[in-house]
Amino acid sequence: MKVIAVLRNPRVAFGVLVLVVLIVAAAGATRLSPHDPLEQDLLNSFQHPGASDGDQSHPLGTDSLGRDILSRLIFGARPALIVAFVAALFAGLIGTALGLAAGYFGGRLDAAISRLVDIWMSFPSVLLCIVLAAVLGAGLHTVIIAIVVIDWTRFCRVVRAETMLQKSLDYVASAVTIGLGPGRILASEILPNVAPLLLTLFTLEMGIAIVVEAILSFVGLSVSSGVPTWGGIIQEGRLYVNQAWWLMAAPMACIIVAVLGLNALGDGLREAIDPVKAR
Amino acid sequence: MSTLLAIRDLDLTLGSKPPVRLLRRVSLQVEPGQIVGLVGESGAGKTMVSRVVLGIAPANARVTHGSVAFAARDITHLSEAQRRPLLGREIAFIPQNPMTALNPVERIGPQITDVLRMHLDLGRTDAQDRALALLREVHLREPQRILRQHPHELSGGMRQRVLIAIAFACKPKLVIADEPTTALDVTVQKQILQLIRELQRNSGTAILFITHDLGVVAKLCDHVVVMHGGRVLESAAAARLFENPTHAYTRALFAATPRFDRPADELKPIPAALTQQLNEEARVLDARDA
Repeated sequence: MKVIAVLRNPRVAFGVLVLVVLIVAAAGATRLSPHDPLEQDLLNSFQHPGASDGDQSHPLGTDSLGRDILSRLIFGARPALIVAFVAALFAGLIGTALGLAAGYFGGRLDAAISRLVDIWMSFPSVLLCIVLAAVLGAGLHTVIIAIVVIDWTRFCRVVRAETMLQKSLDYVASAVTIGLGPGRILASEILPNVAPLLLTLFTLEMGIAIVVEAILSFVGLSVSSGVPTWGGIIQEGRLYVNQAWWLMAAPMACIIVAVLGLNALGDGLREAIDPVKAR
Repeated sequence: MSTLLAIRDLDLTLGSKPPVRLLRRVSLQVEPGQIVGLVGESGAGKTMVSRVVLGIAPANARVTHGSVAFAARDITHLSEAQRRPLLGREIAFIPQNPMTALNPVERIGPQITDVLRMHLDLGRTDAQDRALALLREVHLREPQRILRQHPHELSGGMRQRVLIAIAFACKPKLVIADEPTTALDVTVQKQILQLIRELQRNSGTAILFITHDLGVVAKLCDHVVVMHGGRVLESAAAARLFENPTHAYTRALFAATPRFDRPADELKPIPAALTQQLNEEARVLDARDA
């Protein structure tokens, strides 16, 4: 019942739709894609979208090696989704833990964590990614680690501010006066009140992670070129943008729609879940 | 029986440069089973006294003089962890605003059973049964349903009853009630006061009742402490105080209280000269104690 009420929010509905499409594409890539994403067909390179050539049909055309773009996009949903989910999860866990501690205990701990965040955020993130890639080697795990390492600060800041706000509210003082310790108060009083915000942040972070993954694939720091990624397809298409615009346009559209959907989901959930706004 | 709560010459100071003195040598006593009213205008320091006892004074406020003893034990400088076993168990608190004092996203049930399970070592079902009994004791109808509801589904009066149930849950020796009726409308106020008195009679709990409402004090309290500007001006048995207030400020406070049996134009604001004189006295005290 509640789920249906939340889905009635148009932004949530759109976001959920995008997310479901992404998950279905990633999970059923082998069955859904019309061609093998790696199969080369040099006679049919640079096919226009919609062009059909005998028994071969390529709804979104082919690239310089005659590989089917649609299939490559569907397979590209896999790394995008894995990175989005895992990176957002770990960034969220680390950032939330530190943010809760800083916001609740305040004082020196807060000062230490806040300064760390400040320094962290002033460090150029692209440089950090390249350094990490150099140390860890290219691959999906590098992308995930890079995003976690850079973006935990986003969670930390927001959760810290929200924790400070919640801590000042009467119900937390009441919890203190019945003898609850800080661990219990954080876990069972403050965290549930920060949860809607976390959900929003999490979906936004998923969108950001998809963009970062695309950037890193674009510069070749993500998975090996054998695995299709949206960033990788853009990078390959860049060379032929004058002959075949769809090579870049199609993966870009995927990224834009995915990020748009996840952002809408985040915003919509914030509206729909917030008990004050919902009433 | 020995005194339950003994506050002696308590000073509370905020910040350091320059320090602001919130409490000035405050002394008061609560005997077991007694209801003590702590009266004064806004800013008199009533709430600060309760916060020191509960250990929730502002982080930059320090007790610079005096002591707080509970059941003959000095609790002035207990750490948060040392104080925790007392809170909710021996000393309980009824907050001022029931609209904000319950966790908005948690059901009523766990908010009551939390304190029971923490202090009385009850299992889940025992705590649940006890919570039901408590809701009946505070005269809430359909307690089964209320346990499953969220705070926003209850009215202010119902929430205050829930908070009172939580305060009396572990049969504490002392309940501190900080203006528990101020945020409620008048008809509900009366019911809540009756409820507090009823529970107090049944359990023999002592109550430190903080209020600015002299009518409430007259009906409820055995003993009254009048505060202004962070110091105690008068402390007397309720009957004596209402018959024969000795301090000029207490008399002015009575004259400023609306009553049925007096026309409204007889209401007198507290004279500015008196306030000025009190502030001057406080300055002299501060100079002496500095």
